[in-house]
Amino acid sequence: MSAGADVSDGAEMNAAASKGEVHVVHLYPREMSIYGDLGNTRTMVSRLRRHGYTPVLHDHHPGAEFPEHTHLVLGGGGQDSGQARVEEDLAVIGPRLTALAAAGTPMLMICGMYQLFGNAFVTVEGARLPGLGILDVTTQGNAKRMIGPVVMSTDFGDVVGYENHSGSTRLGAGQAAFGAVRAGFGNNGDDGTEGARTGNVFGTYLHGPILPSNPAFADALLSYAVPLATGDAFQPEALDDTFADEARTRQVRRLVAAGR
Amino acid sequence: MPGLRTIAAVAAGKAARVVTKARGGGSAFPGLVAERVDPRVLAHALERVHDGIVVVSGTNGKTTTTKMLVAILRGHGRTVFTNPTGSNFTRGVISALLGEVGPSGRLADDLAVLELDEAHALHFAAAVAPTHALLLNVARDQLDRFAEIDHTAKLLASLAESVTTGLVLNRDDAFVARIGGDAKSTVRVRYFGVDQVIAHRLPELQEQDVRFGEDVVVPPAGDGDALLRPLDEHRFEVLLGPEGSAGVVGPLELKQRGLAAMINATAATEMARMLLGSAFDPAAAVRALAEVTAPFGRGEVIDVGGSTLELVLVKNPAGFTVALSTYGSTPVATMIAINDNYADGRDVSWLYDVSFASLRERGVALTSGVRAYDMALRLQYDDVAVEAVEPDLDLALDRFLSANRGEPARIFCTYTAMMALRRTLAARFDLPAFGEEAS
Repeated sequence: MSAGADVSDGAEMNAAASKGEVHVVHLYPREMSIYGDLGNTRTMVSRLRRHGYTPVLHDHHPGAEFPEHTHLVLGGGGQDSGQARVEEDLAVIGPRLTALAAAGTPMLMICGMYQLFGNAFVTVEGARLPGLGILDVTTQGNAKRMIGPVVMSTDFGDVVGYENHSGSTRLGAGQAAFGAVRAGFGNNGDDGTEGARTGNVFGTYLHGPILPSNPAFADALLSYAVPLATGDAFQPEALDDTFADEARTRQVRRLVAAGR
Repeated sequence: MPGLRTIAAVAAGKAARVVTKARGGGSAFPGLVAERVDPRVLAHALERVHDGIVVVSGTNGKTTTTKMLVAILRGHGRTVFTNPTGSNFTRGVISALLGEVGPSGRLADDLAVLELDEAHALHFAAAVAPTHALLLNVARDQLDRFAEIDHTAKLLASLAESVTTGLVLNRDDAFVARIGGDAKSTVRVRYFGVDQVIAHRLPELQEQDVRFGEDVVVPPAGDGDALLRPLDEHRFEVLLGPEGSAGVVGPLELKQRGLAAMINATAATEMARMLLGSAFDPAAAVRALAEVTAPFGRGEVIDVGGSTLELVLVKNPAGFTVALSTYGSTPVATMIAINDNYADGRDVSWLYDVSFASLRERGVALTSGVRAYDMALRLQYDDVAVEAVEPDLDLALDRFLSANRGEPARIFCTYTAMMALRRTLAARFDLPAFGEEAS
């Protein structure tokens, strides 16, 4: 892997001043982090630090023991070959993830991991590969790829990102979407939905990566994680998000005006 | 006799070339015209090229390696046709051909060395079977065009299958090295790579291949292979065979800096050796390589009224990381310009797979381009100070140059941002015309 994954710098924090440790688990950073999704992890670690908390990052690799303390789980997109290599491990840690999700642990699953968190992935040939079933969605393999920038409306305001997937995802009856698409394809290109949300578990196709440019959403995830970690409500500092806000509003103007 | 249709195609393409040159832009446009008229124009033009039709492909280093290979071959007295503009699409090749062929539409050169990206290399191979291919590496690049690294690797493997005579492969890149095992028995396979002494630096240049549980097994380097052994930051040798058992090329120093350029020189040397056989002369190779200037936009140094401005093209995580490690040791005033047009790759996610920590000391003076704010945001997350953000490239350039007058400066830029900046710089500082090399 190129580039230094220089995200474990929480140790610099003065322990006395810290509002508490928050344990972040990145699922399969080697196999499932191809489109810059490492940036989500980087963002969470950095924002925790800037908000006065002590981030503790765990990289979870296939075959390794799942970390005992887990307050936030992140998973990225990968290639088909990467997905094949994590399926076995996912079956092993699946019950733990399901229990954590039920307990309100925030999770953000992008693209390939979003699909694996659903009920099943049905290949172009018709084979049905079961998923974890944490999100009530089913993905159908597709010959056509859905590629391009996305703008959507969510509970956290406008969210921008970039999608690149061939799977076409349908929400089960009663499954909430993450967002309503204003520019782009979203889950399947025709029902206007993007991603899925159950409790504090979010699935989405958005790379970009999604968290740096959408700090309101990033901080919402932290607001779910912090009480689990410290027993107290999230106490954010005022951060300067000017660059993120400019980057996002420019994309919204550009894409919504142009119809992408 | 060439068919009437081909003559018409060449004439139409040539006319378009004149028009395009007069307008001062677009190296691929004349080729587009000719390709519409006669898709067989390529096969016809290359019919009399007897000593080899060589395709250079891979994600990073194509332009530099092609330039080096051409220089070595010409240094051995061969005449070589190439597409020197970095226009590495099939149409770019046709554009370049039109500048060379006579009315017969046929090239008279000994060899053709063509730089083609992975997808266009296959288009080309469908029209003309290459005799040789030099395959450099597979990295994340423009994933929205090629979708996945695995897909890119498959394109290169298909290209390798179309080759009739010889393959030179990167033994240190699992995606490329793997191709050697599937080659037809009639095709010669040779490898280039790095010597043990610098093997630890490879991860910074490479992608991880997660398709298979086990590592690819490359045969140990033989007498036919070439290995890079750096002597210091600037000088290196290319060992022919293990420990130089079949000879040594060097020591030599390139005009272009960095490990990636040394690896490219090793690749070019190995391909030249395969093409030239016993005529290959290490001393001639050294002389040729030492004279190669950095290609347009790849570390090109421009004189901007008494001080130097370096333009560095960045297009994927591996390339940007190499660029930062190559130039990072001498911090200078820095601007970064990121566009997200098709040729840049529309997805800017990849910026998060690059570490910008080496820019922390001096900071970044300006970010620019369509995604100027996304770049500033990226730098913020690596604790790199950004003095200003100016999406407009010309305004940013003016501001950057006037604030750093008399000082060396450097701009890292994506493809279309580089083209726009280069055009403005050419107009202001009397540079060679677009896409042409200063001689």
